[in-house]
Amino acid sequence: MVKISRREGRAAQLIEHHDFQSLFDVLKAKKYRLIGPTVRDGSVVYDEVARVDDLPVGYSDEQEKGSYRLNKSDDHRLFGYGVGPHSWKKFLFPPAVRLWQARRDDGSFQIIPEDYHAEPLALIGVRACELNAIAIQDRVFLDGEYRDPIYAAQREKLFVLAVNCGQAGNTCFCASMHAGPRVTGQFDLAVTEVINGESHYFTVEVGSPRGEEVLSEVPHRPASGEEKALANQIITQTAASMKRSIDTRGIKQRLYASFEHPQWDDIAARCLACGNCTQVCPTCFCSTVEDVTDLSGNTADRWRKWDSCFTTDFSYIVGGSIRSSVKSRYRQWMTHKLATWIEQFGTSGCVGCGRCITWCPVGIDITEEIAALRAEKQPATAVEAAKEDVSYADV
Amino acid sequence: MLMSDAPSITAPTASDRISDPMLPSPYRVQRARWDTDDTFSLELVPLDSDDIPHFAPGQFNMVYVYGVGEIPISISGDPTRRDLLVHTTRAVGTVTRAMSKLRVEDMLAARGPYGTAWPVAEAHQKDIVIVAGGIGLAPLRPAMYHIMAHREQYGRVVLLYGARTPGDVLYRKQLEQWRAHFDLDVFVTVDRATGSWRGSVGLVTSLIGRAPFDPLNTVALVCGPEVMMRFTTMGLEKRGVDTKNIYVSLERNMKCAIRLCGHCQFGSTFVCKDGPVFRYSQVQSLLTKWEV
Ligand SMILES: Cc1cc2nc3c(=O)[nH]c(=O)nc-3n(C[C@H](O)[C@H](O)[C@H](O)COP(=O)(O)OP(=O)(O)OC[C@H]3O[C@@H](n4cnc5c(N)ncnc54)[C@H](O)[C@@H]3O)c2cc1C
Ligand code: SF4
Ligand code: SF4
Ligand code: FES
Repeated sequence: MVKISRREGRAAQLIEHHDFQSLFDVLKAKKYRLIGPTVRDGSVVYDEVARVDDLPVGYSDEQEKGSYRLNKSDDHRLFGYGVGPHSWKKFLFPPAVRLWQARRDDGSFQIIPEDYHAEPLALIGVRACELNAIAIQDRVFLDGEYRDPIYAAQREKLFVLAVNCGQAGNTCFCASMHAGPRVTGQFDLAVTEVINGESHYFTVEVGSPRGEEVLSEVPHRPASGEEKALANQIITQTAASMKRSIDTRGIKQRLYASFEHPQWDDIAARCLACGNCTQVCPTCFCSTVEDVTDLSGNTADRWRKWDSCFTTDFSYIVGGSIRSSVKSRYRQWMTHKLATWIEQFGTSGCVGCGRCITWCPVGIDITEEIAALRAEKQPATAVEAAKEDVSYADV
Repeated sequence: MLMSDAPSITAPTASDRISDPMLPSPYRVQRARWDTDDTFSLELVPLDSDDIPHFAPGQFNMVYVYGVGEIPISISGDPTRRDLLVHTTRAVGTVTRAMSKLRVEDMLAARGPYGTAWPVAEAHQKDIVIVAGGIGLAPLRPAMYHIMAHREQYGRVVLLYGARTPGDVLYRKQLEQWRAHFDLDVFVTVDRATGSWRGSVGLVTSLIGRAPFDPLNTVALVCGPEVMMRFTTMGLEKRGVDTKNIYVSLERNMKCAIRLCGHCQFGSTFVCKDGPVFRYSQVQSLLTKWEV
């Protein structure tokens, strides 16, 4: 994906709902493998899609702390749900990948590098928070002294079809993280889905020459002022309806000053240290390595796998784990996301997608915990105080 | 470089290879010896080039033992010797024990060097105090080599070394040689005397008070267990050494050494990239907290 800023002044375009399949066909003809949301085992996941019908057509989701439910209705909305347990990171930063293989031969061994072929992927339906998550991982994997070559190779082979959110999930708080719900760049094409009486269309913004080229092969027409305004209104409403938020003012200093806050003990009493939050988070980037030897012992594979700072092994050094308590591990996770990340990468590590809230088995909510930490008072009154401290109305 | 009877080893060199930054290079063990009961040194020669990569004192490598694992180990050899990579390792667990079983002609793989270095250039014209505990002398030895090779550029040079028992004293011959120098003060102490030991007994921190250096014009390099470093820095501060002039080398779990795996985080720092050598003033507030 080429990074180009939106060209101002270019009239928004429009694709009718019945022409949307043609967008898929054009991308396929251009040799992209299409990846998009689809329903599997009761949730929206990201996987290969061939047709518009493979999308979760007519589905909406109900998300709450520790719960997720899909509902089906008769409408033909293609993007009427929020983000599910998957994020696009699994395509750029695979959950498990073999780095190289060592082959033994008579007391010595050779190291054989892995040939990794990135294939062109068209990501269908990428949300604003997710684009921001990719931008954050770009800094992690591409901007350092060492780049992750797997990420780099796949990153160059993406076509991004972004979508502006037509509804906010209950656990979303992207607006307060300045990460959504409006898509603002880093895409090839961005659409807003509009259903207005009998009409069902997508307004389209072009974000790159590649997007332009694809659009030119799909039936489309300029959007009228009214059609554009409707689309705009939808996004504004989405932002306004968001219930959760994080007050990010001075958050770094606040967290540093909260190292001994009693709230960490309170969280630790609930947290299972299962690491679900790190698995579903679109920005979490930690990995470990594993050596796997075959039965003959003549080949040894070195794998890289997703890891979680919630395990004791994560910080193990001889003599014991540095973060042996659950308290210290949750503190590390949240402090990293919202504070040290800013120093390391010049951006927050959280885009407010809400996944960690929905998929936490015990319903720990990062927005509530931050609010409690911001309250100077003792644990018993922290929740009350938090209500005064953070206003959900001003989002 | 290859021994005629050893099978040839081909290491990929294409820099555009996908696994490149995590891809180690092959080395052959040229010499293996036990320094103490549990600590051994390996001298390694590179198999895919003539020279080892240039390194600065204090930097480390990721060392891979076939099929067992990969761990961070400091480079403990003379930085001017490019033909030989030296690692001194304490056998404490899975990978280090497997490493200790390697014999001459065996192979291992390593990548690096990584991390920050001891400030040997910045310390010109200053007194140098090196404080090491146990295996902590290994990452400091390249700094000693450098300082001794450029002796005229420094003021007084003091080495304070503490080991658990006389049997645990690392690089014993070398310490004796260094002690014979008129322009170097070497003090060795053990926690617990055994056998014929007639030297100093007590913690290494007890040597700081009477060591000959000018606290206001000193750069201190400290490496050892974290508690030892905490007390050492306290002792140095008490003598009047500014925390900005004290350097410590930290140990954290490391899986990549290239700032990508997240394991070595310590506050906002990545120990593999921002460390292992830190200015004490930079990490003091973190080091005095638990479970950071
Ligand atoms: C920068 C740096 C320099 C070091 N220099 C030296 C040195 O010169 N000499 C020396 O003897 N030791 C050194 N160490 C410590 C050495 O890395 C550990 O003793 C070693 O990793 C232990 O591995 P093990 O498999 O033998 O131990 P185990 O206890 O069996 O460890 C099990 C596994 O935990 C992991 N693990 C444990 N400790 C660490 C760690 N610190 N980093 C990453 N993974 C770890 C490894 O994957 C290991 O396989 C250094 C450590 C660091 C961070
Ligand atoms: S916060 Fe929730 S999801 Fe994260 S480790 Fe704790 S219990 Fe698991
Ligand atoms: S921390 Fe939670 S809300 Fe923030 S980006 Fe990660 S999963 Fe989403
Ligand atoms: S060791 Fe992987 S980030 Fe430092």
